[in-house]
Amino acid sequence: MDPNADPQKSRGLSRRTALKGVGAMLGAAAFARAIAPLTEWTRDISAEEFVQKHYKELSPIDLEIILHRLEKDTKKQYGADVTIKDYKPQQGVKFGYALNLSICNGCRKCAEACHIENNHDRPSHQSYIRVFEMSKGSMNLEKGNAHYDHPVPQPDKFYMPVQCQQCEHPPCVDVCPVEATWKEPDGIVVVDYNWCIGCRYCEAACPYHARRFNWTKPQIPAVEINPNQSYLSNRIRPQGVMEKCHFCLHRTRNGRLPACLEACPTGARVFGNLLDPKSEVRQVLAHKRVFVLKEDLGLKPQFFYFFDV
Amino acid sequence: MNLSTTHTGSAAPAIPHWRNYPRFIGNALLDSVEGTWVFYIWMTFLTAIFLVGANAWAVQVRDGMHLTNMSDHVSWALYIANFTFLVGLAAGGVMMVIPAYLYHDEEMHDIVIVGELLAIAAIIMALMFVVCDLGRPDRFWHLIPGLGRFNFPVSMLTWDVIVLNGYLMINLHICGYLLYMRFLGQRPNPKWYVPFVFLSILWAISIHTVTAFLYCGLGSRPFWNTALLAPRFLTSAFVSGPAFIIIAIQVIRRAIGGTFGDGPIRTLVNIMRVTILINLLMVGSEVFVEFYTGGTHTSAAHYLYFGLHGQNALVPWIWSSVAMTVFAAILLLNPNVFGRPWRMNLACVLAFIGIWIEKGMGMVIPGFVPSVLHEVVEYSPSLLEWKIMAGIWALGLMLYTLAIKIAINVFRRSPLAAMADAKQAHTQPLAS
Ligand code: SF4
Ligand code: SF4
Repeated sequence: MDPNADPQKSRGLSRRTALKGVGAMLGAAAFARAIAPLTEWTRDISAEEFVQKHYKELSPIDLEIILHRLEKDTKKQYGADVTIKDYKPQQGVKFGYALNLSICNGCRKCAEACHIENNHDRPSHQSYIRVFEMSKGSMNLEKGNAHYDHPVPQPDKFYMPVQCQQCEHPPCVDVCPVEATWKEPDGIVVVDYNWCIGCRYCEAACPYHARRFNWTKPQIPAVEINPNQSYLSNRIRPQGVMEKCHFCLHRTRNGRLPACLEACPTGARVFGNLLDPKSEVRQVLAHKRVFVLKEDLGLKPQFFYFFDV
Repeated sequence: MNLSTTHTGSAAPAIPHWRNYPRFIGNALLDSVEGTWVFYIWMTFLTAIFLVGANAWAVQVRDGMHLTNMSDHVSWALYIANFTFLVGLAAGGVMMVIPAYLYHDEEMHDIVIVGELLAIAAIIMALMFVVCDLGRPDRFWHLIPGLGRFNFPVSMLTWDVIVLNGYLMINLHICGYLLYMRFLGQRPNPKWYVPFVFLSILWAISIHTVTAFLYCGLGSRPFWNTALLAPRFLTSAFVSGPAFIIIAIQVIRRAIGGTFGDGPIRTLVNIMRVTILINLLMVGSEVFVEFYTGGTHTSAAHYLYFGLHGQNALVPWIWSSVAMTVFAAILLLNPNVFGRPWRMNLACVLAFIGIWIEKGMGMVIPGFVPSVLHEVVEYSPSLLEWKIMAGIWALGLMLYTLAIKIAINVFRRSPLAAMADAKQAHTQPLAS
């Protein structure tokens, strides 16, 4: 129906104006339809979430409220009862990890344990750990293969798991435009999943392929969700944000060991406090032939590889 | 702001500028949607494409970026490729300004605005590509200094935010001021724009340099980690910018009649003749370093030009780019190029597309393939990515069309126009 349908009365110019008006209205309506999916999306984002401040600016009460809200959201969206806490770094502790390449047999139990412990997206089999099968006689990752699918260990191979190296000078932290990721006093590099804008600059900057982006909303059946969660580590991440290995800080800051270490059947993994001279990881650093990946980049990884023999 | 002028062509306005300027903008906008059928068809066509893109983006935001073909291995792709290219185009738009002001090239002055407006449209497009690349556009405010947490000066991305927005402001000011003065029928006061023009020249260099630093500052990616990146960016920008403007001048000429712009086109072609060769020289020099040295650091270049382990998605892209640029260079260097406009135009189109590929598929993607742990995961854009890209380009072209129309309208109606027409009378006998 056209209200300006009487061409006799309207002069050329005003008809043109009317047509333009109709055009503009049609355009606006079409635009509203085109971006309609946005409204479905914003329904999931509460006002509190939208205005939430950076982790470091939250008062204890703010944090309390947020943790509570996140627990409720998890119940609503995933149907699981979970506890989300916030564990702080301990004084005099700096975590280090060492991995014995002589005995790692490439079974990928660590990657599997990470997948479960950290509530990773199920369909993509996400994990913070990738295990490379390498040919004996070469340290060249170019010849490595992360997609091996045969019984392990193969006689002419050795195996090298790679995860976040918790760099002393992390480039991922430097490049983040909004300080959504930072290094904690105990050496763990964390991400505030509620502050990250998802620009993926950190992913481009990390030399160890340690960062993972949530290309979609993680899917996990309620029964499989690990209910012991924390804000900066294994709570279920929102869509569109970055995540990475956090040395299981919800465990390790509580005196427990990382899930990947507990799962390792060979005892290849050694975790501990680098500031404690008697810790096992310090013993490894003192007595074994230790190296770090890509030492030439000067990022000082806190993740060490060593050989027994 | 006091915009007092020394010369007043007509009576000075009694209305204060702060009220008159919005009126001028309003008028200009209303005028700009007035046009021929060709114009309406063009705008409707662009609107349709834009809507497709807007819808694709809304779906991407709702359902997540797994709808793109990006992955944790290739985590920046078509959007950032376009962003990089457009920053170059924006810098290149200001190419026009340099000869105009440095060498007092009078004829160039008249069409400086064509380049400045291109810079504005290109920056807006570039910023839109960044927003489309964000996983969480709702948290955009975290990037606003004062409101969010701005990791300045450590993160190069914050530098980019500053220089891009600054560049946008400077160019908006220059264009707005020049057109407003025309609208008032006054001669622009050099004090209010010449310093900004020089600033915008410096700034044009800074935007592309900072954008190059985004990449070449990453020690983890040897393909980008080269000091040649920023100079290469600038050189290629000074190919793509002039190429676009040469075409734009001719389209505008078609649309409104008149013969303006022959001198500037000549100047621009001469600029391109030099820059396109320097660009090829730099490509050659990089290729030498990569292939003569060998080793794992150069596997990205191998992948790009010849493929790696039988995977070669980028090979057709880069060779088309090389072929286009070389062919464009040959066409441009031919002394006959001015006599045969189609040759010049073909050269411009080829150079433009060639650089677009080089800055995008040829620069961004090989930074990620092979990955930092030397895995080869290939990438080619998904349909959704193409849609979003087309949508942003359509919006950019719409903005550019409207902006150019506003400029033309103002120039035609201003009382100064009579003067300019008189000056041009010998070249344009039927000026109305
Ligand atoms: S390994 Fe990567 S993600 Fe981990 S701290 Fe280093 S740069 Fe950051
Ligand atoms: S993706 Fe998130 S954490 Fe990474 S740089 Fe961007 S905002 Fe920072």
